[in-house]
Amino acid sequence: MSDADTRLTLEQLHCERDDRVLFRGLSLTARAGEIWQITGANGAGKTTLLRILVGLHGFYDGGRHWWQPDWQRELLYLGHQPGVREELSPLENLDYACALNAQGGDAMAGLKAVGLQGFEDVPAAHLSAGQKRRIALARLWLAPKAVWVLDEPYTAIDQDGVAQLDARIQQAAEAGTLVIYTSHHQVGEGVRRLHLAKGRAEVLS
Amino acid sequence: MSAFGAALKRELLVLWRSPAEMINPLFFFVMVISLFPLAISPKPEVLAVIAPGVLWVAALLAVMLSLDGLFRRDQESGVLELLLTAPVMAVVPVTAKLLAHWLLTGLPLVLVSPVLAHMLQLPNAVLGTVMLSLLLGTPALTIIGAIGAALTVGLNRGGILLAVLVLPLYIPVLIFGAGVIRAAAEGGAVNGILAILGALLALTASLGPLAVSAGLKISSGN
Repeated sequence: MSDADTRLTLEQLHCERDDRVLFRGLSLTARAGEIWQITGANGAGKTTLLRILVGLHGFYDGGRHWWQPDWQRELLYLGHQPGVREELSPLENLDYACALNAQGGDAMAGLKAVGLQGFEDVPAAHLSAGQKRRIALARLWLAPKAVWVLDEPYTAIDQDGVAQLDARIQQAAEAGTLVIYTSHHQVGEGVRRLHLAKGRAEVLS
Repeated sequence: MSAFGAALKRELLVLWRSPAEMINPLFFFVMVISLFPLAISPKPEVLAVIAPGVLWVAALLAVMLSLDGLFRRDQESGVLELLLTAPVMAVVPVTAKLLAHWLLTGLPLVLVSPVLAHMLQLPNAVLGTVMLSLLLGTPALTIIGAIGAALTVGLNRGGILLAVLVLPLYIPVLIFGAGVIRAAAEGGAVNGILAILGALLALTASLGPLAVSAGLKISSGN
């Protein structure tokens, strides 16, 4: 079951919240280079599942195994909120995120890739919701990580940005990154889909 | 740049750009202390008796009020999740945050305290002890309060709960802080009491950041 490409194994994962079963018996193996899309109605537990994966939520039963003990070094997690402080400029926000996550790369080039050149020194309070999300997304263009866990990365992003993000996710997967994301938007062909509904979790493709 | 250096720079910038959060505690401290001579009595012999307590209670409340929002904006904006999922131990950015917070909200209280002590008719010989007691005491108050702030960050109205959690823990610092000023004003020995304040600071500074990190993890759902 466990081979060199395996990045994440879930065994009989079970989570309840407020006496409601979000999912039970969730088992899967995710490998390097795969793209996993997690779908489900509002409140189905998509964000909770991602928070369990990255270790932010500890109330669950079952097993969650990453492939190596210091997996957090190779994790790029973008949460439900973009993680951007309005007092700081895009560049300052990005520098802080990279310093904490030991992620190298040219921050200016990252901001340029998400179309924020010219805005790098503007306080984020003056930017739109989509631009704030783009500050967080700029990390996808910096030094590569083995696993991306993205919670609704397409929120507030315009059409061109969506196409660009699709391309970037596919490019990263081809380079061997495991991408797990929640959204109703499908990145492209060959995406594996996990659907959460009424306490059941089904792997659809 | 090291993670600690980057975090410290970032925390100082964030606070520096929200002047209200920086100035409010100082303003509160100065205003509360100025009200006592007006409300009780401007007589030097009365003020000299209450001055140590007034200075310390005002400092304590000023620090506590500044802490309510310590982690809230980081939590609302998602920065806290970033911090807790990072490979760097949470203690590193947390320590940077506490240091930056004390430098920009606690240290100003220490710096204006001689003026306020003078206003409360404390003898000039005591002003050094006033500053020293606050210099040792306010960082301890910041760290203890941050533990409460970390535990209440997930709650909508954490303010009152924060006070209930934190005020009892402030009592030792208050007793020794006000005590050392009183001892100095009466011409007694102060070194022993200052050493106890120093020990309280050493204890909170070494274990506090760990407790704050644990509190943040609990608040996030672990």
